[in-house]
Amino acid sequence: MQFTLRTAHEMHDQLIKKEISAEELNKTVFARIDAVDDQIGAYITRTRENALAQARAVDRQIRNGEKISPLSGIPIAIKDNICTDGIRTTAGSKILSNFIPPYSATVVKRLEAAGSTIAGKANLDEFAMGSSNENSAFLVTRNPWDTSRVPGGSSGGSAAAVAAGAAVCALGSDTGGSIRQPASFCGVVGMKPTYGAVSRYGLIAYASSLDQIGPFTRDVTDCALMLNAICGHDPLDSTSAKYQAVDYTGFLKDDVRGMKLGVPEEYMAEGIDPAVRGVVLKAMEKLESLGAVVEYTTLPHTEYALPTYYLIAQAEASSNLARYDGVRYGIRAKGSEDVIDMFMKTRSQGFGHEVKRRIMLGTYALSTGYYDAHYLKALKVRTLIKEDFDRAFKKYDLLLSPVSPTTAFRIGEKIDNPLQMYLSDICTISVNLAGIPGLSIPCGFAGGLPVGLQLMGRHFDEGTMFRAAYTFEQNTDYHKQFPEL
Amino acid sequence: MPQYETVIGLEAHVELKTRAKIFCDSTTEFGGAPNTHVCPVCLGLPGALPVVNKKVVEYAIRAALALNCKIAEFSKFDRKNYYYPDMPKNYQISQYDLPIAKHGCLEIDTANGVKKIGITRLHMEEDTGKLVHQGTITTTPFSLVDYNRAGVPLIEIVSEPDLRSPEEARQYMEKLRTVILYTGVSDCKMEEGSLRCDANISVRPVGTGGFGTKAEIKNLNSFKSLQRSLAFEAERQIKTLEAGGKIVQETRTWDEGKGETLSLRSKEYAHDYRYLPDPDLVPLLIDRQWVADIRNSLPEMPDQRRLRYVKEYGLPAYDAAILTNTKELADYFEECVKAYPHPKAISNWIMGDLNRLLNLHGIEITGCKVTPQNLASLLMLIGRGTISGKIAKTVFAEMFAGGKAAETIVKEKGLTQISDKRVIVAIVDEVLARNPGPVEDYKAGRERALGFLVGQVMKASQGKANPELANKLLREKL
Ligand SMILES: [Zn+2]
Repeated sequence: MQFTLRTAHEMHDQLIKKEISAEELNKTVFARIDAVDDQIGAYITRTRENALAQARAVDRQIRNGEKISPLSGIPIAIKDNICTDGIRTTAGSKILSNFIPPYSATVVKRLEAAGSTIAGKANLDEFAMGSSNENSAFLVTRNPWDTSRVPGGSSGGSAAAVAAGAAVCALGSDTGGSIRQPASFCGVVGMKPTYGAVSRYGLIAYASSLDQIGPFTRDVTDCALMLNAICGHDPLDSTSAKYQAVDYTGFLKDDVRGMKLGVPEEYMAEGIDPAVRGVVLKAMEKLESLGAVVEYTTLPHTEYALPTYYLIAQAEASSNLARYDGVRYGIRAKGSEDVIDMFMKTRSQGFGHEVKRRIMLGTYALSTGYYDAHYLKALKVRTLIKEDFDRAFKKYDLLLSPVSPTTAFRIGEKIDNPLQMYLSDICTISVNLAGIPGLSIPCGFAGGLPVGLQLMGRHFDEGTMFRAAYTFEQNTDYHKQFPEL
Repeated sequence: MPQYETVIGLEAHVELKTRAKIFCDSTTEFGGAPNTHVCPVCLGLPGALPVVNKKVVEYAIRAALALNCKIAEFSKFDRKNYYYPDMPKNYQISQYDLPIAKHGCLEIDTANGVKKIGITRLHMEEDTGKLVHQGTITTTPFSLVDYNRAGVPLIEIVSEPDLRSPEEARQYMEKLRTVILYTGVSDCKMEEGSLRCDANISVRPVGTGGFGTKAEIKNLNSFKSLQRSLAFEAERQIKTLEAGGKIVQETRTWDEGKGETLSLRSKEYAHDYRYLPDPDLVPLLIDRQWVADIRNSLPEMPDQRRLRYVKEYGLPAYDAAILTNTKELADYFEECVKAYPHPKAISNWIMGDLNRLLNLHGIEITGCKVTPQNLASLLMLIGRGTISGKIAKTVFAEMFAGGKAAETIVKEKGLTQISDKRVIVAIVDEVLARNPGPVEDYKAGRERALGFLVGQVMKASQGKANPELANKLLREKL
């Protein structure tokens, strides 16, 4: 097997047994990046020298007999909407194509404190707006399983890097499915933690009340290790929860006996590709055979989730993206008549189509006379959707569904049809609206392309999700299958 | 022609003097090289998030309680969206429908007695940066932006349209300043912009209900410009109506040089601020015990204090009003009274020589070198007859300049009053011998000559002779 396709915990064992140095490990990963990234396009920026310097520091620790943490020396790809001190951070947008942050996001600081190395900045849809990575201002990322297909989005670069062995783990952000959907398309584990579990400080905002940073990994154990490293209260983020952090690896038990799993029937309805549905049903049967109780249930307000999500996300985005005006950082249009002209030229030249579309929709939704009918109503429906989940979680430990109605689609297939594109988020957006955790785990293949099973849990109950996902993984081998590159 | 009455409501912005800004840890210090009091949060860098400074909430509650407001139990922050280069995020974090406090009032003294002015609401928000132009805004080839002020905490205090004249408007602002200064949450310096004000003004025929169309006047940076601009604007509106014209709802700016208000923009161009609850900030749940603790920590407010001075110290209302105008002066006065329980004598001295010298040198009472104890000792020396009132003025001037104690100065300069009869008699005899003319005049019934002779005695004693005693002894000798 390709060395760089091992998991972080396997590499960690090799590091502490001194079978490989952190520097060699990182060089190997960068060699892999050099070999495959021309085909994949996972990275906007590679940070080889930084990573090697960090790796040498880890090697010194190992030589000195110091205990290293589980992610020490492990190269991690960072989605390019997460700020890295001194390393260009573009959010996939032309408007930030020259932006070098003077500070790092809290998650980056935590990973660095854990000894991880930063492999580079991963491609994404501009400002995380998209489901295919086709909206990046820089390059199109391709799916390692079939390079004519999209890797999903918006964290497509992160997912593709992990799937292709061009990073061991990665960070993404998930506003409506932006971690889980690409994880599903690329056949890796992807998790959106509970809203407030992971600090958003340093994450370039798309929709603040929905955004959450989370990990991409090649197995569930790595996912738990990543969450251990990045979660916990951050005084710099008011919305980060003050909760007692736990060691999530403690939940990695091969046992789902008696666990109650609900399958919302709305998520298995006719919009789901039959082949995907078949794979997902088989995965559910597998869990049942392992001792879980699996039943159909209902989340009656699901049909309103999509419009609710788009109203809230766009309204917040229209305000969040107002700061990109050419005054303080980023690009500034030349030849402006006055300051208003400068704002308009900078923004019309700096933003791509999809971003402009969403800013306009959001601006409209917040305008006088429309606020009550649109934004306020959306907030009310959001509460109803949350209550659906609360009711379901009274009865079930977890809910199960497909992650996406389809497998990875072809590049260009949906780019001219925004509504079709938005529908690919149908199974994932409610999780963001409710603020609960969601996890995508490889559960099989349809037409040679990976399919993800979505696990949805109670607020701050990532532990139960880890237990079920780990059990599934221990009894299947989908996570051990890799794309040929 | 109908009689018109003016209807005015004021929006005051007060900068809170917390150490750190409202949503980050940058300093609020005034001045400093441009863009040095900043960080990723107050520069609105991508990914930076606001976290509310609890001290700001405490100060806002403190001010609100002093203005008799009701404190909300649940309050939140909202984004006010509009584009302007001095705003780092192109939205201002403010409070829209759930401000921290509502329903307060402030009393002002008008010609017709005490008048209660309603306060609609008080809310917290962040200040903006500042544009720096080469020359004027219309001729400048470029603008520079200084974000040092961006994120400095503000409270906006909105009055009811209860004010009926420019004079009342000025009184309201002065009173507001006094009350806020008492709470210690701001230094309310209009010249540094830590107290600012916008005014809404309309006119209507006396006796009619409803309101006329209003204009909003901005850029009022002194009490004088507030009163002058409102007087101008009221007259302009009345003239317009009398000429058969209509008032346009608009924003106007005060041009201090021209002495007139000028149209800035009319309502058709008014912003749609697209308010939105700020998803980066969690709602504020205000603990009742915390509010009670803040209330208990408030000092006695000027109105109560003034009434107490009249009742407890028997001071005239005029003295009481001046002494309680600032908390520092009132505290000073009370310290003096503690050391020397003669309130009226102290009041006279503070309102006389002390205030005169403070004004002359542009010093605040807090920077005064004469401690309350030293002023009390000086008054004690006068009371005991150790020095005369006239000598005391000289002594005080020296105390004011150098901070020495009264006793020290009196001792060093040998200024103790001469009340020894024998010493004064000797001087009197000498004066009478040297001034036969005035003595004759006095004896011829010219009372005025006595004054001259007393003056000569005082002069010969270098001002130290007890004047009453000198007077008495002269009469006896004559
Ligand atoms: Zn700051």
